[in-house]
Amino acid sequence: MAKQRVKFTFPTDLIKEPVIWRLGKEFEVVTNIRRADVTEDRGWVVLELEGQLEEIERGVQWVVEQGVRVDPVPGDIVEG
Amino acid sequence: MSYASHLRCRECGRHYPLEPLHVCEFCFGPLEVAYDYEALKSHLTRERIERGPPSVWRYSDLLPADREQAVDIGAGFTPLLPCRNLGEALGLRRLHIKNDCANPTWSFKDRVVTVASTKAREFGFDTLACASTGNLANSVAAHAARGGMRALVFIPANLEQGKVVGAAIYGPTLVAVDGSYDEVNRLCSELADKYPWAFVNINIRPYYSEGSKTLAYEVVEQLGWRAPDHCIVPLASGSLFTKIWKGIKEMAWLGLVDWAHTRMSGAQPEGCSPIVSAWERQSLDIRPVRPNTIAKSLAIGNPADGYYSLKVLEHSGGFGVAVTDDEVVEGMKLLAETEGIFAETAGGVVIAGLRRLASQGRIGPDELVVAFITGAGLKTQEAVLDKLTPPLHIEPHVSSFEEAVARRRQEAVTAGAEAWPGQNQRR
Repeated sequence: MAKQRVKFTFPTDLIKEPVIWRLGKEFEVVTNIRRADVTEDRGWVVLELEGQLEEIERGVQWVVEQGVRVDPVPGDIVEG
Repeated sequence: MSYASHLRCRECGRHYPLEPLHVCEFCFGPLEVAYDYEALKSHLTRERIERGPPSVWRYSDLLPADREQAVDIGAGFTPLLPCRNLGEALGLRRLHIKNDCANPTWSFKDRVVTVASTKAREFGFDTLACASTGNLANSVAAHAARGGMRALVFIPANLEQGKVVGAAIYGPTLVAVDGSYDEVNRLCSELADKYPWAFVNINIRPYYSEGSKTLAYEVVEQLGWRAPDHCIVPLASGSLFTKIWKGIKEMAWLGLVDWAHTRMSGAQPEGCSPIVSAWERQSLDIRPVRPNTIAKSLAIGNPADGYYSLKVLEHSGGFGVAVTDDEVVEGMKLLAETEGIFAETAGGVVIAGLRRLASQGRIGPDELVVAFITGAGLKTQEAVLDKLTPPLHIEPHVSSFEEAVARRRQEAVTAGAEAWPGQNQRR
């Protein structure tokens, strides 16, 4: 089993959508929220994803396609 | 010796041993190196520092790695130049430039990478890795070569050839990744989890980032053991900005300076200004952006230390400033033409930001100001290539020379400028 720590940043129009619930429901991925800050117009959630690596990657791809920004927990890694 | 005592979570405050860790196991908050300041207070003096080598390692007591084992290519102790010409142009009487172009691979990244590579070797890693579009790649490859380590450098597949050379010359394994910027980010994060490498800005990040504090220590020492009134720093991930602040504060806590109420201002290009945008909204909430700027070394759309940079701006009473790409080029030219320093685009961002803040009266004419120039311009020549005055082409005759000069002078008069500075002084 693989684990990935990621940060989801939600645009305003997805704040009310149960994206994380659907991720756990539609993919074989366990979601474990560690930190979050959500208001009515924006939100971010730091969480751990656990499952087979390919399944996590499929799940993350689906989350991105929904319009959620997915980043590594430490922020951007590619530096100048 | 190092007085580093433990790692501490910047969010929940939990402590961890000094190991290759970077996030808190509980809240996934970032970890930072903490020191035994009480012991440091009784041990560290100005004289002790002054007896050290002319490099970042003279401050080894305040770094988390062992100076005796340092992977050292000579990073640090770069010039701090009083800048009368530029100061006159901007209306600042006590302006200084900290010129980090003078580092071995021509950017401030040598400060962080010398600490990261030393610590990595101490931990027993044999591979140093990073993902970079320029300065960091050069520095990691150079330090790995010096330290006898394997270097793995991930670059975007579309990176310009000129930037690839700056790293390739040191013999690293270069990996060009097809994919978007976000995909490269995620890939590197996965690889860092999977392989036993010292990924300098992932699992070694708490140690790596401490190297930036040396910029603050040097400035304080070079000013005769006093803190500046105002610093202006380029903002990318925000790490450099927060660590310069931390360094100045440490100098005060340890009694090495009497006063440390420095205002910290940060500059970003408009095409990638998530920190300044949040500052302008008076918010602590960073909204990630897709970078679109010529200042590639500042093109970090989701800055790791964005939130902490906003706290420093708030606590220090500094300002955020975002400048256009045209202003960046003007800033590069102004610095070069007034002080003889050819900075990369990030330097143009700083000078343009400084000009804006000075003209708005946000920086006073008598403040002791330090502007941080973090990388050399030869790496980003394309930014100014078509913005410079072309050479005069002449036949090998005096008359041809004089005709060309006359033409240039006429063009300059038409444009309302001098053909070249001092042209009328030697008669």
